Amino acid sequence: MDVLIEIERLTKRFGSFTAVDDVSFNVARGEVVGFLGPNGAGKSTTMRMVAGFMQPTAGTARICGHDVQDDSVAARRCLGFLPEGAPTYPEMTVEGFLGFCAAVRGFSGSDRRQLVHDAMTVTALDDVRRQPVETLSKGFKRRVGLAQALLHDPQVLVLDEPTDGLDPNQKHDVRLLIEMLAPKKAIIISTHILEEVGAICTRAIVIARGKVVADESAAALAARGASLDQVFRELTLAPEPVA
Amino acid sequence: MTPMLAIFRRELAAYFATPVAVVFIVIFLVMSGTLTFTLGGFFARGTADLQPFFSFVPWLFLFLVPAITMRLWAEERRLGTIELLLTLPVAQWQAVVGKFLAAWAFCAIALALTFPLVITVNVLGNPDNGVIAAGYLGCLLVAGAYLAVGAAVSALTRNQVIAFVLAVAACFLFAAAGSPIVADFLSQRVPVLAEVARGLSITDRLGGFSRGVVALPDIVFFVAFIGFWLFANGVAVDHRKAD
Repeated sequence: MDVLIEIERLTKRFGSFTAVDDVSFNVARGEVVGFLGPNGAGKSTTMRMVAGFMQPTAGTARICGHDVQDDSVAARRCLGFLPEGAPTYPEMTVEGFLGFCAAVRGFSGSDRRQLVHDAMTVTALDDVRRQPVETLSKGFKRRVGLAQALLHDPQVLVLDEPTDGLDPNQKHDVRLLIEMLAPKKAIIISTHILEEVGAICTRAIVIARGKVVADESAAALAARGASLDQVFRELTLAPEPVA
Repeated sequence: MTPMLAIFRRELAAYFATPVAVVFIVIFLVMSGTLTFTLGGFFARGTADLQPFFSFVPWLFLFLVPAITMRLWAEERRLGTIELLLTLPVAQWQAVVGKFLAAWAFCAIALALTFPLVITVNVLGNPDNGVIAAGYLGCLLVAGAYLAVGAAVSALTRNQVIAFVLAVAACFLFAAAGSPIVADFLSQRVPVLAEVARGLSITDRLGGFSRGVVALPDIVFFVAFIGFWLFANGVAVDHRKAD
């Protein structure tokens, strides 16, 4: 298998609090990993370290073979990252913002226009291309963030809550989009929405208190109990083992 | 270089996309003009030069430049766009330098718009335009020095008001370090520090430029000063980006 994301004993401590505790897993091309866990479990922190935004306390991650700490710029070139909350520059137009992202990634001229056009088509942003991002609704803003992550057709996608704030139709569109992209890429998606995992993920990783508590196919995870909801509750509410 | 240029362009355009640019430029032009003609006694002096203008500009910049730099990093942090910017494939120094150069170019535009003063003085008399050019160069370097200080301070906080107040205070230290009050005070109590304070004084350095002397040590001082604060800016971004 063609492993594109390697996460190796990744650990992050803030003072005495361990946000991410010895997390390791690999993601191969064609896999869509659903990254699940309650709020504060360490999902976003893990994703930020994979994207090279936060320095791990210990361990490391590699994207397409590039270490996110030693070879950070090369790693980020292979990565499309949607940060939590899909931040964008509010005064820029949709087209301007995506153009900026493409320019930073080294595209210019007609290549850049083509990439921006394709990204706007695939995320259905064409109608609002000349509007400043701050005037858009939450769902549109999220799609602008998504367009930014897809822009350069990266091998690896790390999306932090891509469907948060979208209406059911838009959620459906994003799922279709991810399904379409899946065969050629390695994708990690964090989400709170459990039905999403069954719908689009080939694999589910559940994280609680910074530790991986389950790593198996969505079907296997659901088969552990009466419903996915119940399995999730049992896994993430399990009492801390007494040392 | 490409990512830095893209950041430079985006930042410079951002000033003009919001009322910041108009407010800054209008206030700067009105105040520099008023001070030159009233307090500076432009006509009463009977000399065809811009000496009064050059003596007020650093004090205007003291308040206006931190107003530009306060948003530089603090706003990125507040909006969360810092996570987007620093997970694009840019080296951190490219982001730091790109932002700084955009702010500097903006100050240069504001300074260039004072050209009617140059025309006026040329119509009324026969000034030494070399001296005037040196004075403008000095003002630009002072703006750069204040910008570098302000940008570094902005990277330490997500609150723009704090960034502004701290930057004004820090710039004031370097502006006032060479004033007679500080010099007298220090030479009586701690003579060692008096030399240091004079050496770090921005207004002292500007004196030479406004008399038409472009001395290498002064240029080296400004380049080193800006370089040091940009380095501090990079360190601050690195350490506090995820807070």
